[in-house]
Amino acid sequence: MSTLVITDLHVSVETPEGTKEILRGVDLTIDSGHVHAIMGPNGSGKSTLAYSIAGHPKYTITSGTVTLDGEDVLEMSVDERAKAGIFLAMQYPVEVPGVSVSNFLRTAKTAIDGEAPKLRTWVKDVKSSMADLRMDPAFAERNVNEGFSGGEKKRHEILQMELLEPKIAILDETDSGLDVDALRIVSEGVNRVKDKTNVGVLLITHYTRILNYITPDFVHVFVDGRVAEQGGPELAERLEAEGYDRYLTKA
Amino acid sequence: MTTTDLTTDHSRATADEAHSHGLASTPPNASRADRPKSFELDVFPVPSGREEQWRFSAVRDLAPLFVDQPVDGSLAWSIDALPAGVRLTEVSVADARERSVSEPGDRASAIAAAHSGGARALTVAPGSVIDKPITITMHGDGSEARGHLLVEVGANAEVSVVIERTGSATYSEFISVDVGQNAGLNLVLLQTWEDDAVHSGEVHAKLSRDARLRGSVVTLGGKVVRLNTTASLAGEGSSVDLFGLYFADSGQHQEHQLFVDHMVPNCRSRVTYKGALAGASARTVWIGDVLIRKEAEGTDTYELNRNLVLTDGARADSVPNLEIETGLIDGAGHASATGRFDEEQMFYLRSRGISESEARKLVVRGFFADLIQEIGVPEVEKGLMNAIELELDMVEADDE
Ligand SMILES: Nc1ncnc2c1ncn2[C@@H]1O[C@H](COP(=O)(O)OP(=O)(O)OP(=O)(O)O)[C@@H](O)[C@H]1O
Ligand SMILES: [Mg+2]
Repeated sequence: MSTLVITDLHVSVETPEGTKEILRGVDLTIDSGHVHAIMGPNGSGKSTLAYSIAGHPKYTITSGTVTLDGEDVLEMSVDERAKAGIFLAMQYPVEVPGVSVSNFLRTAKTAIDGEAPKLRTWVKDVKSSMADLRMDPAFAERNVNEGFSGGEKKRHEILQMELLEPKIAILDETDSGLDVDALRIVSEGVNRVKDKTNVGVLLITHYTRILNYITPDFVHVFVDGRVAEQGGPELAERLEAEGYDRYLTKA
Repeated sequence: MTTTDLTTDHSRATADEAHSHGLASTPPNASRADRPKSFELDVFPVPSGREEQWRFSAVRDLAPLFVDQPVDGSLAWSIDALPAGVRLTEVSVADARERSVSEPGDRASAIAAAHSGGARALTVAPGSVIDKPITITMHGDGSEARGHLLVEVGANAEVSVVIERTGSATYSEFISVDVGQNAGLNLVLLQTWEDDAVHSGEVHAKLSRDARLRGSVVTLGGKVVRLNTTASLAGEGSSVDLFGLYFADSGQHQEHQLFVDHMVPNCRSRVTYKGALAGASARTVWIGDVLIRKEAEGTDTYELNRNLVLTDGARADSVPNLEIETGLIDGAGHASATGRFDEEQMFYLRSRGISESEARKLVVRGFFADLIQEIGVPEVEKGLMNAIELELDMVEADDE
């Protein structure tokens, strides 16, 4: 059982016009086995929250805390956070030419476990996860994300989540740009990992559609750098019907 | 890897996209073939750095190599017992001029020939097929040295020659490579100098009918290394593959110039050079000139240069030139691109638990892997990836 606790998190970025505050006091607690959906309009700071937890150097934490099972996450380097059990499926996964998917996966698994996986079971695990995500085995020999379609990149992110077995996974718009079939495949992947490893999930999304496949335990409405409202799955239905206007005019 | 503006205009225009030319861009002044060649020093004034062929060079560091004076030092050679069919002999300055396939093409190599005290000739008898690579280690003790080397491979012979430079020196050389009819030579030049070596070398290879040359250059060490390689495809049906691998870190200036001269019909050439740069003030230059003369119908040529910039401050220049004087060719193309291993790629790998230094290694290994396999001498290939990773470790130690 793991818990990620975010308390009064303030984050800013440097822009040509000066320092800009994007997160303005975020409070959020995620336990193993729970799915928290974060929904909010464009530019509200959802990706900033995801990147800040993962440790992207572009974002400066000005105040607040993030802990995982009591450990100070903000003190950790990016790779230490991954080793501690935090995983970020990125909104725009990065291409890494010259590095094959299979080499990348094995290197990451070795880094996170602190030892190389047993070759025989590893190869089998990779194969079956790829098959479950309907990824052609040929992807293993391609360079990381190079020339992948949008949907292929997202499947590759979920493949990593399945193989690296994090404690807390942040999925940043993993559903955006997917057709219905791909959405179902990716959602099934997330559910499978959750059943298997009891991972806690922070599901950032724009659309309620994915919530038909992955049932959230909590829904948070994210507006202007903070959580404006939270509730159960019924909140998502209301957002679907009414949109974010209510929160925006208030803000 | 993102393509950056580190390349020259020309290469940026061709970034990553291989393409073919109808009529090519020529070097600003004239055809590459018109440059003077001579054993006479007066033909070559002391370079100022403004000349076309020196404009990217570390002219100030190379200056001692432009001085017309004898030097007392030399490189110490080690070489295993030679197999039957191979001889190493001393050749007088006059005879060496006679036996070179070309006259020197710049001041540094003309001075190297003039003050070498005579050449050494590695001669492979016609028809000899030598299985084991011949390895020559040339070691510098920090002094000034000049060298003139002849590699002569007789008709129908097959041989691999590995020349490794170690230690330190201020060294210039002229290497003449004569590949006889239907002969095959695999020549590997390893620059694993210590940090303060300064090295200027000209290699001129001439290929006779149906000859095959595989030439690999690996430059890891030295403060300044400038290698100027020419392959003259002078016999019909000849074929050349030129590979280069370089890794520059802070304070290193590595320049590789190439000239592939298609003189006769139905020859083939491939040039593949890849370089990685890490550390502020790391500097590399690649200039690849290919000339397809009017007579050279049926030519098939392709040249490629890729650079991978691993840290800020490093600079890679890449200048491909293709001159085509006949339309009756099989294929002619080039590609040149400089990519940067950027913050986003680093973040992506690290967010998967991979440490910063392991992330760099992963990317650099991937970048060089296929090239290393092309060298074709297992003894060299084996050690190379380790040597590159040691370079990377040194970069990281510098960062701390
Ligand atoms: N480096 C930066 N420089 C300037 N502004 C930035 C920078 N990074 C983020 N921002 C701004 O911060 C705000 C929040 O961005 P963020 O990407 O977190 O939003 P988001 O909620 O994920 O949006 P979307 O739904 O479009 O993905 C936006 O207004 C964005 O323009
Ligand atoms: Mg976003």
